Amino acid sequence: MSTQAKDDAPGSPAVAKNRTVDAVVAAILFVVGAVVIIESRRLGAGWSSDGPGAGYFPFYIGLIICISSLGILYQSLLSKSADKGTFVDREQLGRVLSVLLPVAIYVFAIVFLGLYVASAIYIALFMIILGKYRPVRSVALGLAVCAVFFMMFEVWFKVPLYKGSLDLLGFLGY
Amino acid sequence: MEELNSLMQGFGVVLQPMNIVLMFVGIILGVLIGVLPGLGGANGVAILLPLTFSMSPTSAIVMLSCIYWGALFGGAITSILFNIPGEPWSVATTFDGYPLAQKGRAGAALTAAFTSSFVGAFVAVVMITFLAPLVARFALQFGAPEFFSVYLLTFCSFVGMGKGSPFKILVAMALGFALAAVGLDTVTGQLRLTFGQSELMRGFDFLIAVIGLFGIGEILLSMEEGLQFSGKSARINPKVVWETWKELPRYWVTSLRSSLVGIWMGITPGGATPASFMSYGLAKKMSRTGSKFGTGEIEGVIAPETAAHAAGTSALLPMLALGIPGSPTAAVLLGGLLIWGLQPGPLLFVEQKDFVWGLIASMYLGNLVGLIVVLTTVPLFASILRIPFSIIAPVIIVICAIGAYTVHNAMLDIWFMLGFGVIGYVFKKLDYPLAPLVLALVLGDKAEDSFRQAMLVSQGDVTIMWSNPLVGSITTLALMMLVWPLISKALALLRTPRSDVAAPRQGG
Repeated sequence: MSTQAKDDAPGSPAVAKNRTVDAVVAAILFVVGAVVIIESRRLGAGWSSDGPGAGYFPFYIGLIICISSLGILYQSLLSKSADKGTFVDREQLGRVLSVLLPVAIYVFAIVFLGLYVASAIYIALFMIILGKYRPVRSVALGLAVCAVFFMMFEVWFKVPLYKGSLDLLGFLGY
Repeated sequence: MEELNSLMQGFGVVLQPMNIVLMFVGIILGVLIGVLPGLGGANGVAILLPLTFSMSPTSAIVMLSCIYWGALFGGAITSILFNIPGEPWSVATTFDGYPLAQKGRAGAALTAAFTSSFVGAFVAVVMITFLAPLVARFALQFGAPEFFSVYLLTFCSFVGMGKGSPFKILVAMALGFALAAVGLDTVTGQLRLTFGQSELMRGFDFLIAVIGLFGIGEILLSMEEGLQFSGKSARINPKVVWETWKELPRYWVTSLRSSLVGIWMGITPGGATPASFMSYGLAKKMSRTGSKFGTGEIEGVIAPETAAHAAGTSALLPMLALGIPGSPTAAVLLGGLLIWGLQPGPLLFVEQKDFVWGLIASMYLGNLVGLIVVLTTVPLFASILRIPFSIIAPVIIVICAIGAYTVHNAMLDIWFMLGFGVIGYVFKKLDYPLAPLVLALVLGDKAEDSFRQAMLVSQGDVTIMWSNPLVGSITTLALMMLVWPLISKALALLRTPRSDVAAPRQGG
């Protein structure tokens, strides 16, 4: 959003500055570009017997990534106009991780529990832990949302969703 | 008039009862998507796309395009009532919309926003009706070099017209192309960039990328702010609507100018967001009451809304006529066409008349239905926004996960979605544009095919891009767009006295 504070917010210390993250991302992108170039050359970036090889186009794409990421690296490290604003402060990072880590666990849980069961648990826990709601309300809402999705996908649109390796909902017959 | 006849047939297709129902469903879903944080036109359509696999292409596109119109309408509600732009293109609407709501004129602001959205879209659809068939007929003569030059122009325009670092635009774009190259190469049958992982053979689906980049990324961004809604309540009654409508004709110049700005920015891939800012800026400069902009002027709501909607609508012209979408949402719709087995491009107007004119007719009706729906249901949607974020956020994440899974019924895609979410979060914070990435991911294979064909014709000679006046001028224009950041810097240097600029420019 556009309301990000450019100056250091009082109270919460900055974890990273924009220019630092900028440089790190540019370095990663350079590696990605290099990988694309190497792989394209392996596939044949030149002219094969029947026209341009499989790596012909990606080779130049890799080249653009490498050159541009060097440009960004230069802008973030050496240029005077580099953005020295805060990328994220400790409080913000905490908030973001408090969403991101549970999502990762949620996706991991889908593998075993399937989309419906994992989603119900995820919504309920999210409300209880982050939203400070009463457990009864949270569980009820989690179940209700997933029941709606179940009706929508399995019954109305006939699009089966992943039930997980444990298949806890097998008794429903879908 | 051949176009009018075809259009009438299109209305016939759309006015089937089932399609009208889908239209209402689409609009309501779209407004909902536009109002909720984390769901927008692009990822909303992407998530709902799998639900349309079993429908006929015409019904599917009617519903999906109506979701798009709904999302365009919905963005205005949050901007005006909550000072939170639900969509990037409604940021400019907050400048005058929220002050109006604070003054207690929320109803008038909303009516003005919706009505001018409708006007902008209407002007753009009329333009599409008559221009798209012409462009398509013209494009029927295109060969591979011409198509590649148009692709080149599309992508170079991002560099020429985008704000921010040209390097970042280039990287975002190239990254999209690189991701598009992953998987089976359609020409040689070789596996590219899969590194021995058979799961990667399918490649990266852009729908997954869209859901992750825009959906999960947006949730992470909103979470960082620790979002607190504090909205104004709104009641729209017929009297307010009528009085606002009586006021609107006074601003016809602004409406017309904004429509034109929007159409231009929509056809070229500038998109709705810059169009709305540009239109607001122009209105502020040219209006007699320009100095009062920002304190709650109706005109300051009309200008960005008209332009955003005109741009959003006309972004479909290049998609329909050339197969090259003008915005991420149009790109998702184009992906839909491919999935339904339609080949986007100039031939669509010849081979799929029902589909094309059905879509165009649904643009007319969809926007009319949208206007009626939003005017009557604003309080309902405003109340949805009062649901706390800690309930909405997990539900949206679940919706994104389900959406990502249904694209290919693949578990791995949900992980990719999460990865794209993190990329989206970091890229947005660092001002990397996401639109070129998505468009490159969608168009990557087709752009590469036309490039290869062109090179095959010329046996690797790049000068084929200047082999006739048409392809030559498009290519030249594209290259000018590419170096435009340099040109504009040079111009700025020439214009301003040397003393001002000597300091910050050192060997860059």
